[in-house]
Formats: sequence, structure tokens, C-alpha cells
Amino acid sequence: MAKPARPRAPRAAKPATSTPATPAIIETDTIAGEEEAVFALRSLQQAHANNRRYDASDAELLHFYEQMVLIRRFEERAGQLYGLGLIGGFCHLYIGQEAVAVGVQSALNAGHDSVITGYRDHGHMLAYGIDPRVIMAELTGRQAGISHGKGGSMHMFSTEHKFFGGHGIVGAQVPLGAGLAFGHKYRDDGGVCVAYFGDGAANQGQVYETFNMAALWKLPIVFVVENNGYAMGTAVKRGSAETHFYRRGTGFRIPGMDVNGMDVLEVRQATEVALDFVRAGNGPVLMELNTYRYRGHSMSDPAKYRSREEVQEMREKHDPIEAAKLELLKRGVSEDALKDIDKKIRQTVAEAADFAENSPEPAHAELYTDVLVGTY
Amino acid sequence: MPSFTPMCWWELTEMAIDLKMPALSPTMEEGTLAKWLVKPGDEVKSGDILAEIETDKATMEFEAVDEGVIGALLVAEGTEGVKVGTIIATLQGEGEDAAPAPQPVAAPAPAPVAATPVAAPVATVRPTEPEVPAGTALVATTVREALRDAMAEEMRADDRVFVMGEEVAEYQGAYKVTQGLLEEFGPRRVIDTPITEYGFAGIGTGAAMGGLRPVVEFMTFNFAMQAIDHIINSAAKTNYMSGGQMRCPIVFRGPNGAAARVGAQHSQNYGPWYAAVPGLVVIAPYDAADAKGLLKAAIRSDDPVVFLENELVYGRSFDVPQVDDFVLPIGKARIVRPGKDVTIVTYSIGVGLALEAAATLAAEGIDAEVIDLRTLRPLDKATVLESLSRTNRMVVAEEGFPVCSIASEIIAIAMEEGFDYLDAPVLRVCDEDVPLPYAANLEKLALIDAERIAAAVRKVCYR
Repeated sequence: MAKPARPRAPRAAKPATSTPATPAIIETDTIAGEEEAVFALRSLQQAHANNRRYDASDAELLHFYEQMVLIRRFEERAGQLYGLGLIGGFCHLYIGQEAVAVGVQSALNAGHDSVITGYRDHGHMLAYGIDPRVIMAELTGRQAGISHGKGGSMHMFSTEHKFFGGHGIVGAQVPLGAGLAFGHKYRDDGGVCVAYFGDGAANQGQVYETFNMAALWKLPIVFVVENNGYAMGTAVKRGSAETHFYRRGTGFRIPGMDVNGMDVLEVRQATEVALDFVRAGNGPVLMELNTYRYRGHSMSDPAKYRSREEVQEMREKHDPIEAAKLELLKRGVSEDALKDIDKKIRQTVAEAADFAENSPEPAHAELYTDVLVGTY
Repeated sequence: MPSFTPMCWWELTEMAIDLKMPALSPTMEEGTLAKWLVKPGDEVKSGDILAEIETDKATMEFEAVDEGVIGALLVAEGTEGVKVGTIIATLQGEGEDAAPAPQPVAAPAPAPVAATPVAAPVATVRPTEPEVPAGTALVATTVREALRDAMAEEMRADDRVFVMGEEVAEYQGAYKVTQGLLEEFGPRRVIDTPITEYGFAGIGTGAAMGGLRPVVEFMTFNFAMQAIDHIINSAAKTNYMSGGQMRCPIVFRGPNGAAARVGAQHSQNYGPWYAAVPGLVVIAPYDAADAKGLLKAAIRSDDPVVFLENELVYGRSFDVPQVDDFVLPIGKARIVRPGKDVTIVTYSIGVGLALEAAATLAAEGIDAEVIDLRTLRPLDKATVLESLSRTNRMVVAEEGFPVCSIASEIIAIAMEEGFDYLDAPVLRVCDEDVPLPYAANLEKLALIDAERIAAAVRKVCYR
């Protein structure tokens, strides 16, 4: 584990200031329309820069900490179960990226706003409060799994939580997410969709088709690029002509935000800025959350494309959980309180693993169910 | 028809130019000469509008290509059913005198290009669907109108239903299938998309996952190749992968199969492709009643439906039962022509060809039963096998490539489950196994026709 008392992540937090929480888009009288448009595209970034971190109460920060620890421990356990052969196929762990899902989720209207992501989805599901047991049981391919064992790691959904997957095709979730946003607008229900995708998916053509329509139709959607530095084994620089993903909406007049994805409070604050903009009917926002995955792309990744030192550096200096822990301690939360949380989470994860390991496999009849809904 | 006296004030130097009824779309065979905008003696130059011509899809302006003076107007305005290629006026070049006008044609002259017959071959009986009470009035309706009516009725009944696609709104549909929908339902529910199939197929699929009931129109299914990942990986598989949580009640619809002279990239039947995928429902109707009843069923289905239409059939007119809510069952084939000697299994445009073949064969003493599959997935094996058990001979007719086709599947079913019924090997009649060529003669050679179906039937009947 990372050691405490290290310098913070890039664009480290300023202490929460007394500036107003979410500045509105700054109105301007400036000269040319073009400049105004350029300014509008940067205005959210400016609003974020003016007030980078969410002013969380101790209880809130503790909650974020607990959620991030849950994701970390759950994923570590999933990695172990994979090693034991209990989880098969592809398994993409979220370790290192916890602050993104937890920070964004905390700003959403749970159960009303929609969320969709790619195949690295366990962490998102845990952040949205889905029972770890049914997630783990899906990973082990059991009847009790959230998809009755028919989806696996990459294909999990909870319509109850408005979590729409869990999609295995790189980038597919982006237009699907715009479709969910279309539904919110069509029903005029005030909801927003958050569509997560990676720096690799950001090079898919369908992402830009979606940007065009989402901006054209002013769909209520926040596009979140989780830039963890590697599209599978291809470093961003080797695969992307424009490595600043937040700029990639510019051609569609979608404002971008460059956000430190290793600080849960920065993520939360930035998400609020984005949501305010989207909920006001202005159309989409593109957030780039700079983050890092400590583990391989999937369990079968030998990780020859990056150095051990690079990973160590991120773990030791920029870990989102360690940072939250330090901040909590600094605020006077007792070590014991944190240890209690850690203990509770270990217990939860152990139970989930036991449940997943001991649940029966799907009944053979399950093979033929859910192919079609109707009978024809 | 009124006759027009050509004005003659120039010397006659050479023959006048004949102005012929233009083909204003690849599949247009005839049209209405709605209005003349010139009169004999008018000087026209290239680009001047000479007339307005109504096709079944749109009113188009007919422009002059050459300069000259209008000689005679040979077809009066308001004349319907003017065949493409009919001489409708003459034009004198500069310095010419008006040529003696050809005799005004009472009946439209035969088109110079051999056109496929537009009249739909008539089924002997349309067995009454169980849903239609006896004595129900029948209304002649084009397939195009039937599809539009189906969408409009479902949109009236359910606010979750909306239509999106290229040119579906303001243009009224590239093939005019969505005509009038924008006016009735407004831009919230009739949505023009940019030309971006992958993206809007994904957006439609996501909207369905979120609880709406999208009807996504592809201008043709050739362009759905750009979007096939969402049709298959997102729409078809997600319900299964989610253990039944994620419904995707979407209809992907549009013309499929060969049109006319549009070349290989715009002429392919994707029925076998989609029918190969568990999780999809695939419907390919032939006549207007099926188009209407099955599209309504497709929109109401909780499953993703690929609804394959045929551009060449859009303008054909058929009887549609006049009932309030005409919905047909998905997954049920229909015997469109009962017969006792041989079964011809077919679908979509093949139905018309099979009926034509059956009429030819009847004259030869072969009584062919024609089955329209209507739904390609799930396939109605029972109807096919029941028919085979009576006729003991079968031909499958399919406008599409032969390899790994619906015909292949029907033959496999006959082998696996109908072998004991067979008195002869099952034959398939499909398009040639080549990309569809452009040249008129080669295209004709490549495509299935009634004569080829009849020949295959004679073969399985050992005649």
C-alpha cells in the first residue's frame, strides 16, 4: 500500500476557499462572437479553477472514503478470485480510479439520473450502492449474480439504480448514453445521463457522431473521459493526436473540463459545475478525469508497456484513498474511526466473496431464458 | 385528350427533339404529369422548368436540358400513369421550324427500358387472418402508406413511440414512408438525424433501454452496416446479458434488398444476416396488410425488431382490412396461395415473383402452394413443414445471395425435420452469387425472377 505523508496529485487541491460553490457561467460583453464561443467552451474550466474542491463535511468525506475503500478491497478480492480460477474471461479492475466513480456519483440525483459505462464497471456499480454480493456472484458466474451469471464482469446492469451497464464494446456506451439522455429530454423529467468512457474509447468514431447529435439537440449528458493513461497497452501519446481529451468537444461546441481524477473532492466539485450547466438546458459537457489504473488492463495483462516505477510513483504520491485518509486525519477524525471502516469493508467484501463462491451456478434452464421478452 | 397545334414560324431544318417522361428516381416506372409550365411556342433554355411531375413519392420539377422552342405538348396536364420514356412534348432547336408533331398518344407509349411489372401479382385468396372479422371492408393501400399508417397509429396510441432517421421529418422520408408524420406529431417525435448511422442507431438503442419505443429508419439497410454493432451487440444481446433486466423495445426499419440499377453497395438483402442473431426479431413483409399489421406488432414488441421493407414494393397497392387496430402476429408465416403439388417458400419481394410463377405453373397443370414467411426470426417452421407434408416437394425463392441464406436455413429444416416428407430434393432459387452489377442486362441476369422459380418447380416435380 501507499505510504502516507507524500506530496499530492498534480493540480493539488487548494484548501477549500470561501468562493461561491458553483459559479455560473461568466457572462461576457466581449467583442467578437467567435471569441465568446471560445470563451464559453472554456467557461466551465474557469468556473472549476475558481473553486476546485468540494467543501465536504467530515461525514461526507468519510462516506466517500468508505466507498473508495469498498471498491479497492472488492477489486483486490476479485483479482484473487480470478487467480483461483473462480472468475473467468475478462476482468478489468478499477483500482486506482476510485475517486472518479465516487466523486461523480455523489453529485448525481441517485435513482433518477442515468449512468452508463464500459467494461471496467465494478467500481461504478459499487459507487452506486449496488449490493457487492450480487456483483461478485456475477463475476463468479452464479445464478445469484446480477445478470444471473449470463453477463459476467463486463455486462452488469441495475435498472433499479438507473445503472445501464456495463458494455463490452469500446465506445458503444457513448451513443447509448446519449439515448438515455434523449429519454430524459423527451420525458422532460430533469434527469441527466453520465456516460463514462476511457481514453481509448475516446478515439472511436461513434463518440464524435454522438458529440455532434448531443450538442445539436442539447441533450442532458455529461461525457466523462476516464483518462487512465493507457488504452489497453497503448499510452495516450502513442494513440491520440490530441492528448487533452477535454478539448475534443470543441469542434462540436461542447465545453470541456480538465479535472484531477485522483482527488474525490475535485471530481465532485467539477461534476457539480458540469451538472449545473447541463441541467440548465445548455447541452452536453465533456469532462476529462485524469486518473490511473494500478493494475493491468485486464487480468491477463503483463503490463510490459510501463515501468514498475511509474506505477509505484502514482500509488505512493497520488493515491485517492490515501489522500482522503490524510485529509480526514488532518480534520481530526480518529485513526480508530478509519480502522473501523476498513474492518467493516473487509467484512463486507469477505461476505460477498463467500456468497459468490458458494452460490449455485445458473440452472440449465437459464440457458434459454431472456433471449426474447415476447413469445412469438 | 386535347390536341395542341404546334406554332410554326421557323424553317424546318432538322428533326425536333423528343422530350420524354423522365425517371425521377431509380425505381420510378410511371408518374402523373401534374402541370405544364410552358406552352407551344415558348422559348426555353437549359434549366427552365417545363413541367411538374408527380411520382408516388414526390412532386418533381422537370427541367429543360436543351435550348429551343416548345413544339407540341403531347400529354395533357393531369394525365396519370404516364410511363417513363413516353414522349410528352417536342422541342425545336434554334433556327428550326416546328416539326410535324407525332400523333398525341392516347395510351402511353411503351417505355424504352424494360420495366419490371408494377402490378402486384394477385394471390388467389387472402385467407382471413383470425383477427379480422368476416365481412370487413378492404381498402386499397400502398405498402408505403400502410407503413406510415402503422407508425402514425402507434404514435397516437403511445407517447413513447417516436421516429428518427435521415430525412424522416422535413423531407417527408427519403422514400416518403414517413410522409405527414412531422406535421401530425411535431419535431419532438419525428426527428431528422445527421448522416451518422452508427451514432443514431446507438442513440435510438439507448433511448429504448431507457424506456422509450424508438422507430429508427435507415434510408436503406445497406447503410445499417455502419450501425450493425448497435443492432447486434447493443440491442439484441443486452436483455440476455442482463438476465432480463434491460429491455430494448426498438424497431430498426427501412428498405432492404435490391432496388433498381443502384449497384452493388446499395443492393443487398440483409435478411439472413439479422436472422442469424439470437435476441432479434426479423420481419420482412410483402404486401400492405402485412406491412401494416406487422409493423404495429413490431412497435409494440418488447424486443428489438429488424423490419426489412423493399423499395420496389413501396408503391404497390394491396387490400388492407379496414379495422380499428389491425395487428398481426409476429412469427407466423402465411399461405398466400394454397396448392397441392409443390410448396414455394419465399418472403418479401419474392412473394410476388412466386405468385407469378405459380400462375404460369397452374397453366401447365402444376398447383403450387406459396408460403410467405413474413417473419424470418423466429421462423415459422410449423407452417413450412405442414405444407411440405402435403405437397412433398419444395422450392425456396429468395431475392438475395444464395450462400448462408434463409433458403439454406429452410433446406436445413427440411432435411432435419421434413426428410420423410420429401419426394425430391429441395431447390433454392436465389440471386446469382455476385455483387449486384449496374448494367441493366447484367442486373437482370443476377436477380431472381418468376421464370427461374417456375423452372425449379418443374425440376422438383420431375416435369
